[in-house]
Order: sequence, then C-alpha cells, then structure tokens
Amino acid sequence: MPRPPVRLKPLIETKMIPLSYYLILAALIFCVGMAGALMRRNLILTLVGIELMLNAANLNFIAFWRYNPSAASHAGIMFVIFSIAIAAAEASVGLALVISIYRHYKTINLDKIDSLKG
Amino acid sequence: MQAIFAIIAALIVVSAIGAISFRNLVHCALSLVVTFCGVAALYLQLGAPFAGWVQVLVYVGAVAILIVFAILLTRSDENKPEPIFGNNWKAGGVIGLLLFSVMVYAITRDGLDSTPLPAKPELTVREIGVDLMTQYVIPLETMALLLTTAAIGAVIIAIRLCNPESSADSDTHAKAAGSVEATH
Amino acid sequence: MDTLIHIFSGIVTLLWRVVTDQPDQKAELLQALPQAISPLVNVILSISPILMIFPGLFALTTWLERKGLGRIQNRLGPNRTGPFGLFQPVADGLKMLTKEDIIPRNADQVIHFLAPITLVIPTFLGFAVLPMGRHLVPLNMDAGLLFFFAMGASTELSIFMAGWGSRNKYSLVGAMRAISQMISYEIPLIISSVTVVMLTGSLSLVNIVAHQSGWLGGIIPRWNVLTPWGFAGFVLFLIASLAEANRSPFDIPEAESELIAGHLTEYSGFKYALFFLAEYLGLFAMAGLSTTLFLGGWNAPFEFLDFVPSYIWFFSKLVGLVLLFIWIRGTVPRLRVDQLLNFAWKFMLPMALINLVVAAIWHYTSVWVFPASLILRWLFCAALILIPYFALGKFISNAGHFAPRTYRYAE
Repeated sequence: MPRPPVRLKPLIETKMIPLSYYLILAALIFCVGMAGALMRRNLILTLVGIELMLNAANLNFIAFWRYNPSAASHAGIMFVIFSIAIAAAEASVGLALVISIYRHYKTINLDKIDSLKG
Repeated sequence: MQAIFAIIAALIVVSAIGAISFRNLVHCALSLVVTFCGVAALYLQLGAPFAGWVQVLVYVGAVAILIVFAILLTRSDENKPEPIFGNNWKAGGVIGLLLFSVMVYAITRDGLDSTPLPAKPELTVREIGVDLMTQYVIPLETMALLLTTAAIGAVIIAIRLCNPESSADSDTHAKAAGSVEATH
Repeated sequence: MDTLIHIFSGIVTLLWRVVTDQPDQKAELLQALPQAISPLVNVILSISPILMIFPGLFALTTWLERKGLGRIQNRLGPNRTGPFGLFQPVADGLKMLTKEDIIPRNADQVIHFLAPITLVIPTFLGFAVLPMGRHLVPLNMDAGLLFFFAMGASTELSIFMAGWGSRNKYSLVGAMRAISQMISYEIPLIISSVTVVMLTGSLSLVNIVAHQSGWLGGIIPRWNVLTPWGFAGFVLFLIASLAEANRSPFDIPEAESELIAGHLTEYSGFKYALFFLAEYLGLFAMAGLSTTLFLGGWNAPFEFLDFVPSYIWFFSKLVGLVLLFIWIRGTVPRLRVDQLLNFAWKFMLPMALINLVVAAIWHYTSVWVFPASLILRWLFCAALILIPYFALGKFISNAGHFAPRTYRYAE
C-alpha cells in the first residue's frame, strides 16, 4: 500500500504580523538615520545616516509589496533593486567627495568646514 | 513568526542607534553592517529573497567597504577626545522625534491592518528578469548610465595626479635630492 | 519498540538512497519520527554532511598540499607522523588547539575576537547551494548563484576587521591590500559566471547543472568548458577564484615573506586555525562552483560511465581542481600588488566582457544547421576570443619598455 506523501509542519506556526509593525519599524530607522545625519559632526556619519534612511524606505516598499492584495504587480521589488543600485552609486560619489574634502581642509569635522557660511 | 520578527527588529533598531552614536568611527561602520544584515533578513522573511541577497551583496559587500576605506583614509589624530555632537544637535534630535511621532500617527490612524494577508507571492528570478527586459528596460539602461557616470566621476574626484610643476612639490624634490647627494 | 524499528529502517533507507543516487532520501525517516521534532531532524540531516565532509577534505588537502609542494620543490614533505605523514593534519590540529592565544593589549578586543567567526560563517553558508549529486543539494534556491556571491562578498569585511582590530600597521596595510585585491577580482569572477547564467536562463545551480547533462552522440559531454566562451570563462573564473581565496600567485596578503603575514599577524592558536580553515573552505567552495558552472557538476564525462554515482564525479572534479591549485602554487612566482591589480583591471575585466559578447554570438549562431556548423561556430568564436587576448597581452606587457639586457662579468 503506498504511503501518503509526507507533509512536514513548519517549525513555528505562522501568525500574521500586521503591516503597521513593519511601517513603524521603517519609520524608526528613518528617524534614527535622520537624527544621526543631523546631530553628528563627522561628514562620514552623515553618509551613514543617509544609507539608513534609504534602507528604511526600501523596507517600506517591500512591506507594501508583500501586503498588496493585487499580487501581479512587481513594482515594489523592482523599485528596491533600482534603489539599492542608486544607493551604491551615491555612496561611491559621496565618499570620493569626502576624501577630496579631507585633502583640502585636512579635517572632516562639519563645524570647521564652514568657509562658505554667512 | 512574531518572535522572529521581534528579534530581527530589535537587532536592527539597536544596531541603527549604535551606528550613529559610537565614538569610534569603525565601530559605527560595523554596527551599520549589522543593520544591513538585519534588513536583509526582514526581506527574506517578507518573501523577497532576490532583494535580500542583492542587499547583502551590494550593501555589505560594497557600500560598507567603501565607508570603511573612507574612514581609514580620512583619519585624524585619535588621541584628542573631542565632543561627538555637532553645534545644532538639539535641533536634530527634536526634528527626529517630531518626524517619528508624525509618521506613527499617520500609520496607526486608519484601518491599515484590516486587509487580510495575501498568499506568499512566488516571485521567481525569471519573472524579475522578464520585467527588467520588458517593462523596466528604460530604468535599467538609465541605471547603467548612472553607474558608469558615478564610477568615472568618483575616480576623477578622488584621484591624486602627480603634478611636478607645482612649486611646493618642486621644493621638496630639490630638498630630497640635496639630502641624497649629501649622504654620498 | 515499533517506532524504533521504523526509525532504524528509515536510517537504512536514507543511507541506501544516498549511496545509490535516488531521490527522496529522508522521507521514510522523517515519517517515522514524532511530528514535533521531524522538521528539526530534517534541518540537521541537511547540514551535518557539509559540516563533516568539507573539514575532512580540508584535513586531507593540507596533507596533500605539503606533500605535493614538497615534491615540486624536490624534497619529501612530511613523512614522520604516521605512514607517509598521513597523521600530519592531526598533529597540526593538536598544535593549533594547544597553542597560547595571545591578544595584543591595545587591540580592539571585540573586533579582534569576532573577525575569524565572521569569516568562517559565510564560507560554510556558501556550500548550501552546491549540487553535490543528482539529488544531493542541501538547499535548492531560485537565486542560488546570487546567494553564493553574496556570501563571498561578506568575507571581505571580516578581513578588514582582522587587520584593523589588531592595531598593527602591518596588519592594516596587509588588510587593505587584501581587500583591494578581493574587490578587484570579484568583477571578472561575477562577469564570467554571468555568461553561464545567460546561456542557461536560470540562476539556480541545479538548473545550470541539469542544462549541462546529456552527450552529443553519446561521446562528447555538453559541459560548458567545451565551448569557446566556456573555456575562456573557466580560465578567467579559475584565476579570479585563486585571487579571491588569497592563494598563490596572489598571496601577497598572507605570504610569509610579505608584511609578516598581513592581517593574520596578531592571531595565534585556535583563531589562526579558524582563518586557515576558512581559507581552504573558500577554496573548496570556489572549486565546487567552477565544477558546477563549467565542468558539468555531477555529470559523467561519457555515457558508458554513467553507472558511477553522481557525487563521485562531483568530488573527483573538485579534488582535481584543488590539485591544480596546489600545482599552480608550487610553480608560479608571486605577483606584486600593482602587477596584480593591473592584471585584474586591464586584462581580466576586458576579457570577461569580450567573453560575454562571444557567448551571446555563440547563442545566436546556434540557428546555423548546415553540416559541420558546430566546428565553424567553434572556430569563429575562438578567433573572436583569441584576437583580443593577444592584443591585450601585448598592450599590458612590458616587453618593449626595457632596454636590451647587457651582461657584465667580473674582470
């Protein structure tokens, strides 16, 4: 007599995580990134804050794509793929600028790089 | 599932706060790497494995290394303990808190959680490829142009060409040549 | 008692099906186990063969390498510990385990401690997608090749952690050189594997191997290495994987006479053993990926040899490539770091891009169906690869830049 096919139960029962949890997490990362970019006086940490903000936005996109009732649209993932590539390009140009500024001003302290102020 | 989400979310928040608050810049960069890995884990949990592995490959494998190289090439004297916050740090903190409260209010206001969770979409790489070549081909080509321009631009900005005509260099060259001659 | 008999017969069925290349190896055993722990046992059964086989292969390779290098250098190699020195890995392991673990006082304790761990974990994870037999892949991911390269890229950060955490200027310079070498060679590595993906139409390694099954007329296998773009891609992939694994002739970061072992300078004892393990495991993973992409994975070379189980073909091809790496290490002199980077950016990257174009031309000329079209396509695509190869070689070589050599003898 043939055995019935094996159906394994998953390790943990899946309960639904509300969409708002993902959105609040993304909002938290976004605000942490923005606060970091505004509060620290190091130029590289501003770029770190910008990368955190981009990650938060990408997380938002993927969360909305997953919870989207019309399943045929792939716009969420496509947007995230392009966003990751753009973030890489922007990080490279930004860090090249940081190195160039360091060569000129001999410091990357944002409070000291203010010769265009006022 | 809730436990996994809670653990990954806690990891992401702690490492994100660490990424902007350590005194040592390399610790900030490594904590940022932990954040990137946590976000990639969330993408995997949400059923987007392609985006998750691209996140690890690009962010951890390229952007984090760029940040680390920039930190090492722009190191100043590490012995002077200088304050880590800028001049307007209170304003930055207040803006962050305000923005967070506004966003939480907007998220929890209406019935966002009332729609049921749809079935897990099986997005194969083949479908992503077909989309990239049919519907999103113009963004793809624009991305190629953008990446080429960014790479060439970054090299041009950061390159240090040996310029023998500048006076400072010729002074040091003359001094070095003189000292070498004197030792013979 | 009944359950025990079922479990025992499940284990026997599992072993029998693994050895004879049949699918559905774990089904009987998992049905016999209680429902609560069967997913856990499923996961453990998938992981533990990797954890047992590849470190065992690592021990064998250290012995093989020392013997092989010894013979190439006209000496015997280890021959005192056991017959033919076969217990040398055991002696090495005992030495590494019992050595004192010295950590510099100024070192960044957390980063110095975490660096070997963050190197070993992605290296082990990379083995999860390699198809080691017809039905023996631990995880059949849809984007398997992308996962493998993501794990490879994560290892670069741990080398930086090792170099910077040691607070040693030699370690830092060594780590910088190692990272720039690894990111430079990652591009030809990925582009030469993209040619395979382009012609197979899938990122899943199982599909890539299945695409290379079958024989032309029962004699010529359909492996990718037997096509002109596949051969060029294979050579490029091998060179790039030698550079990724920091192995000779690209071992500037960790050679004994350079920078006092670079980023590994301040590591001793078990942490050094972990670095050593991770380097060889990375080598195995790269060799495994080259056999999967170019050498046909678990496929037999000729149709009459198809009765030999598929995992034997995979592992013999992998060990053959490792022997090739040992041979190259003993024979080719070390490259200087600027020669290394020039080679990557000015020779291998253009060749990889030209290879991509030639692979596309091979695919589009497959509509030629007149007799002897295969030979004509082969010669055409090979010419399209060889002409830029010679032109680029002349362009980056210094053959014309030196004055003719003059010999002066002592009077």
